[in-house]
Amino acid sequence: MWSQNRKIILGLTGWFAIAVLALADVKVGAPFPDLETFGLEGTLPAREGRVVMVDFWATWCAPCKASFPAYSAMQKELADRGLTIVAVSVDKQREPYAEFVKKFAPDFVTVRDGGQKLVSAMKVPGMPTCYLIDRKGVLRVIHSGFHGDASVRELREEITRLLEEKS
Amino acid sequence: MKTYSRIALLFTFAATGCFWSGCANVQPWERAALADYSMRPDRDPLMTAMSEHIYFSREASSGGRGVGGSGCGCN
Repeated sequence: MWSQNRKIILGLTGWFAIAVLALADVKVGAPFPDLETFGLEGTLPAREGRVVMVDFWATWCAPCKASFPAYSAMQKELADRGLTIVAVSVDKQREPYAEFVKKFAPDFVTVRDGGQKLVSAMKVPGMPTCYLIDRKGVLRVIHSGFHGDASVRELREEITRLLEEKS
Repeated sequence: MKTYSRIALLFTFAATGCFWSGCANVQPWERAALADYSMRPDRDPLMTAMSEHIYFSREASSGGRGVGGSGCGCN
């Protein structure tokens, strides 16, 4: 009886341990997952040897849309120094996404994670969230939310620091 | 030993029950429906005004409607 119960308890404990490990997200200092493997809709830009900012956004998220002009300006200004911004929309429906991108025409690349595979894997803490990846492909900074000039200033400082690092 | 094993088994099932409860967090990227205008409690100005009027008539007070409502919870 005790032996059987012990097996059940051990089995359930193991199951919970596996479940907790499966919930683990990508931490700062770890390699960022390969974007090509998540079936994103759209064409991804070349990212090798560049500082990449992956921005998770949605058309139903007002602060996300408010961040676009600032990110466009950053992309224009810092592209030559090695910055690439990739905005990943988590919209399940294609129409609002396509309409917004067509209307705004941002200066950075936008793709859609319609199946929400990437955003689920990353366990994004809130909308919007930016992930800054260095030239070696390592996740360095997670920036959650967009609070106007304060956010732009913080992101610009972090991006500049990463751009100045040698690859 | 028998009592101990029963207690352990009971504890395990209780813990399992806690994990399998019906509550679930809506993840930040799953809140499109919550951000919709139709989810706002004040989506109809006329209805809001009428509700305020009824509340004032019955309670002789007004206000206090600052409760949490819909939204994507962004930022």
